[in-house]
Amino acid sequence: MKIPLLLGPLSKNNPILAQILGICSALAVTAKMEPALVMGVSVTAVTALASLILSALRDAIPNRVRIIVQLVVVSALVIIIDQLLKAFAYDASKQLSVFVGLIITNCIIMGRVEAFALANKPWPSLLDGVGNGLGYAIILLLVAFFRELLGSGALFGARVIPEALYERGYANNGLMILPPAALILVGVIIWIHRARNKELIES
Amino acid sequence: MKFLRSFLDKHRPAFEKGGRLQSLHSLFAGIEAFLYVPDRVTRSGCAIRDAVDLKRTMSVVVVALLPALLFGMYNVGYQHHLATGGGGDFWSMFLHGFARVLPLIIVSYAVGLGIEFAAAQLRGHEINEGFLVTGLLIPMVMPVTAPLWMVGLSTAFAVIIGKEIFGGTGMNIWNPALLARAFFFFSYPSRMSGDKVWVDGLPDGMSVATPLAEASQGEAFAHDLGTMFWGLVPGSVGETSAFCILLGAALLLVTGVGSWKIMTAVAIGGAGMALLLQQALPETNPYSQVTVARHLLSGGFAFGAIFMATDPVTAAQTSAGKWVYGLLVGVMAILIRALNPGYPEGMMLAILLMNTFAPLIDWCVVQQNIRRRMKRGVSHVNRQPT
Repeated sequence: MKIPLLLGPLSKNNPILAQILGICSALAVTAKMEPALVMGVSVTAVTALASLILSALRDAIPNRVRIIVQLVVVSALVIIIDQLLKAFAYDASKQLSVFVGLIITNCIIMGRVEAFALANKPWPSLLDGVGNGLGYAIILLLVAFFRELLGSGALFGARVIPEALYERGYANNGLMILPPAALILVGVIIWIHRARNKELIES
Repeated sequence: MKFLRSFLDKHRPAFEKGGRLQSLHSLFAGIEAFLYVPDRVTRSGCAIRDAVDLKRTMSVVVVALLPALLFGMYNVGYQHHLATGGGGDFWSMFLHGFARVLPLIIVSYAVGLGIEFAAAQLRGHEINEGFLVTGLLIPMVMPVTAPLWMVGLSTAFAVIIGKEIFGGTGMNIWNPALLARAFFFFSYPSRMSGDKVWVDGLPDGMSVATPLAEASQGEAFAHDLGTMFWGLVPGSVGETSAFCILLGAALLLVTGVGSWKIMTAVAIGGAGMALLLQQALPETNPYSQVTVARHLLSGGFAFGAIFMATDPVTAAQTSAGKWVYGLLVGVMAILIRALNPGYPEGMMLAILLMNTFAPLIDWCVVQQNIRRRMKRGVSHVNRQPT
């Protein structure tokens, strides 16, 4: 019934690919799979809960101060996530450093709250939040997959490219570790995405 | 040559509509247009075309590159013999270098042309000659020890990401050959910089410093200016001999293919910046010891100024814009060399940076021109008797 809300952002209406939101963190945390996964999960949790809470509160929030209320809710959630990561996933939290705190600046969260949650009931808003968060996470993981595989020869920290290949002259691609590689990869993914969904191409 | 013509004519039907190899028609058209002047004429608009078309322009640049390429081959052999202590006459050195450089050229052309043909086929475009020069430039800006698969990968990156995405030949923002080098440089830095990669067959434990490395380390200069001018120094395949590059430059200027404004501006910008740094840097900075001539003769400065910065697609197009663009290329190249410890050579990054800004420079020049003419027009109108 509400399937398009959940699945739309995973494919055609992907927040990164179609709306070009959340690019900054996609560039910053995708050098390795693990931080990308943690980041994806964190953003999904924040987007989902923020959409849910603000949708439930939507009739009580005066229109003029809605941005401030949104910020309060989102930052409270981000602080909770940050503390949880520090408690249970310290290494990942170290790697992500400032980017966990910066989840609050992620345009996807405020974008979905403004565009959807404030005008819809809690349940669809939750689905929309989860969908967009997962859509973001999928792209992060996709970019991180190629960056870690080609740049470090590993996935989730485990070496996957065999030593024999290195002995025969293969070398890790240093460009993949650098942020521009994420930009190029996101660009290529957008290219493929638009080639498959012609209606997204601007005239 | 007649058999070639009859061979093409014999096989033409197979590539035309309904033929067996119809899907490869653009390959056929490309080969034919490369070998012969097409017999098609314009159907509309301007019917007079300059004889200097893309193919002719590209061929001139390829010929201009030949002295530097042939010398580069000889130099590869010469450096190899110098490092290993083996003697040898001219021909043995040249053949050694030839055997080492040829695979680089083949890989570059095979990968680049393969992608161009595939892209043309996919889009139903004609194949054009855009890759002829790029394919030769790429091996000339690589160290001779570059592994072939890395060269192939860099070429593929440059052609797909740098050129085909933007719409193919003539639409690219950055010089494709430099983009290939930049991809290589950032992807596999240990294969593109340092003191072990510039000489073929360097014995273990031995290292050879390029003139630029000496400058950045503040070591005594092992290469005097004369050697650097003629080019018997370690470096990328085609970049070492200023003399051979100037021969190419002469051809580009005589035929009008290369822009003398850009070449001059790059040299002036580089010389000015080198002079400034020589005066302004403290004694302790090794670059305060590097003279203008040494700056201009070392690394890829000359090669970049003549063959890369003048690329008609990626350089500024307006007359005043060319001066600004060239000056800034020269200034940036020396600035990066001297002030950024991470990169001993700045020419590649300087040209790519200015490629990015070339459209902006042109825009400013055009706007300035419009403003000036508007003003003239207004004052003219005001003088009319009312």
